[in-house]
Amino acid sequence: MEQGLTQAVAAPRLSAAARRRQLREKAVAGFITLMAFTGIAALILIIVFVAKEALALFTDAEARHEASLSKMFLAQEGRYPFRWQPVSGTPKVSMIPLFVGTLKITVVSMLVAVPLGVFGALFVAEFAPRRLRELLKPVIELLAGIPSVVLGFFALMVLSPVVKNLFHLDRPLNGTLAGLALALAIVPVIFTVSEDALTAVPRSYREASLALGATLWETAWKVVLPAAAPGILAACVLGFGRAIGETMIVLMASGNADIVSWSLGDSARSLSATIAAEMGEVVVGSPHYALLFFIGVELFIFTFVLNMIASTWTKKVLQRLTGSAS
Amino acid sequence: MKYTTRRAIGLGLTGLTAFAAFFIVGMLALILWDVARHGARHISWAFLTEAPSDGMMGGGIFPAIFGTAALTLLMTLAVMPVGVLTAVYLHEYAPPESRFARWVRVAVVNLAGVPSIVFGLFGLGFFILFVGGNLDRLLGYQEMHWAQPGILWASLTLAVLTLPVVIVSTEEALRAVPLDQRTASLALGATQSQTLARVVLPGALPGILTGAVLAISRGAGEVAPILFTGAAYFLPDLPTSLDSQFMHLGYHTYVMATQSPNVTEASGPLYATVLVLLALTFALNLVAVIIRTRTRRKAASAH
Repeated sequence: MEQGLTQAVAAPRLSAAARRRQLREKAVAGFITLMAFTGIAALILIIVFVAKEALALFTDAEARHEASLSKMFLAQEGRYPFRWQPVSGTPKVSMIPLFVGTLKITVVSMLVAVPLGVFGALFVAEFAPRRLRELLKPVIELLAGIPSVVLGFFALMVLSPVVKNLFHLDRPLNGTLAGLALALAIVPVIFTVSEDALTAVPRSYREASLALGATLWETAWKVVLPAAAPGILAACVLGFGRAIGETMIVLMASGNADIVSWSLGDSARSLSATIAAEMGEVVVGSPHYALLFFIGVELFIFTFVLNMIASTWTKKVLQRLTGSAS
Repeated sequence: MKYTTRRAIGLGLTGLTAFAAFFIVGMLALILWDVARHGARHISWAFLTEAPSDGMMGGGIFPAIFGTAALTLLMTLAVMPVGVLTAVYLHEYAPPESRFARWVRVAVVNLAGVPSIVFGLFGLGFFILFVGGNLDRLLGYQEMHWAQPGILWASLTLAVLTLPVVIVSTEEALRAVPLDQRTASLALGATQSQTLARVVLPGALPGILTGAVLAISRGAGEVAPILFTGAAYFLPDLPTSLDSQFMHLGYHTYVMATQSPNVTEASGPLYATVLVLLALTFALNLVAVIIRTRTRRKAASAH
């Protein structure tokens, strides 16, 4: 709207001062546009410079021998077909245990966080009295302000013995513990985005439903929730992306064992935690180093795709509810 | 369905959703209570002002507090101008249907979702190896000087990480400045940049501050991106220049919680460190919430 304001001015004959002023305006606008370019530049630089360090896996003879794609993704001979031991005498670089570990922990956290976040949002948006809503919303959003290292610490010190005894597990650090702690980190994401989607549903929908004799819960469940469905799905996808990329919690609570096991009581190793744990001691330029950057590329691509899906669905809600995209 | 059944289902659903909401709040309360209860006992003036000793079991955490503060200060200096001006472009300068603006928005949305550990890899690959390496070559250093982890590179990495936070909250602040004020300024003959500098930005200042505070609190707590871009395991000396390594509250927490030979003995200083970190980030979040509600109320009463 505002943009049109300065453009309609006709300028017949300009004095020197006016021309200088016009030049200055152009310079300011140019500078600001240049700054806006940094977002795009940063995103491109991230993928370029992370991929660049991973490139050795495909160009360097030593790296290609030690960490070929088949060694990363296919079963190897021997008693243990899938192992991640990149620093042993004969490096084993299977990414399968990392995928299994990441997925296992992420699924646990989603199973806990999705119902909590969506139902919590439904309560705050539809059922809570106004006073309570104004209190609950910022308080739940405060949870997002807790650094993940603190959640990892909390899992380690407080949740670990509770989870171990409750589920009768052998190990203090395991997939369940990491998943539960991770759920705490993604609940605020799912809650906030779902709540936004629910609040975006126009009042007229609710009034129409109530006027037809539906109760408050029927309106919430059968009118508001379906109307906001794409946005809520987007919230879940966004939460999933956060869960896959979250590092410190998983690093501290999962036990970091490179085993292929879907048992929730076993320790697990995730993609992100592997980077965090091993990058500190790796030799720059070695095959192992390139491997860790390759994991970074994978994480970047996973989360990029999930983000694009989520933002498309968020837009869909607005489109559906207002008839226009914005 | 009979009315009573409908009512029962309604009560059940309301109860279920209320349980979910209060469960989240309960977990938050549990974390805060646990950390405050164990941590407060160990907090003392000496703990806050001394360097760690006895394999980090004794002494205090002053270098970590100082390192965190210096890191986030540098990060804020780097991210604010870029973030604010990007938001200004998106809201004040970009033509409504601009393809470039749409790409900027897509980039910002995706930047917000990139895992923090990937930012760490980026910081290592871009700032340290590429920029630092070339800087060393340019300045003629024989051994590595800029091409190694340091507080400058760590804070620039965090600046990229917090960029979306600043852009989104600044844009919200710009939206809150009434259109009439811009029109009035332009009608009086002010140029667009004069309007921006003297009317729009001052009007949006509270919101811009909110963005800064949110970015600081987010940046202060992030550990993954600084793991290999500058944080040091144990460093009793304070960082003296931009290429120094530094101690950090979050990294210190991670190190003490996972690598300490005796966690029960370390739990006192550990809890106290977490309490300081949590108090810092929460205080900042609270400030952001307060500024935001105040400006919203003011905006609401102005209409």
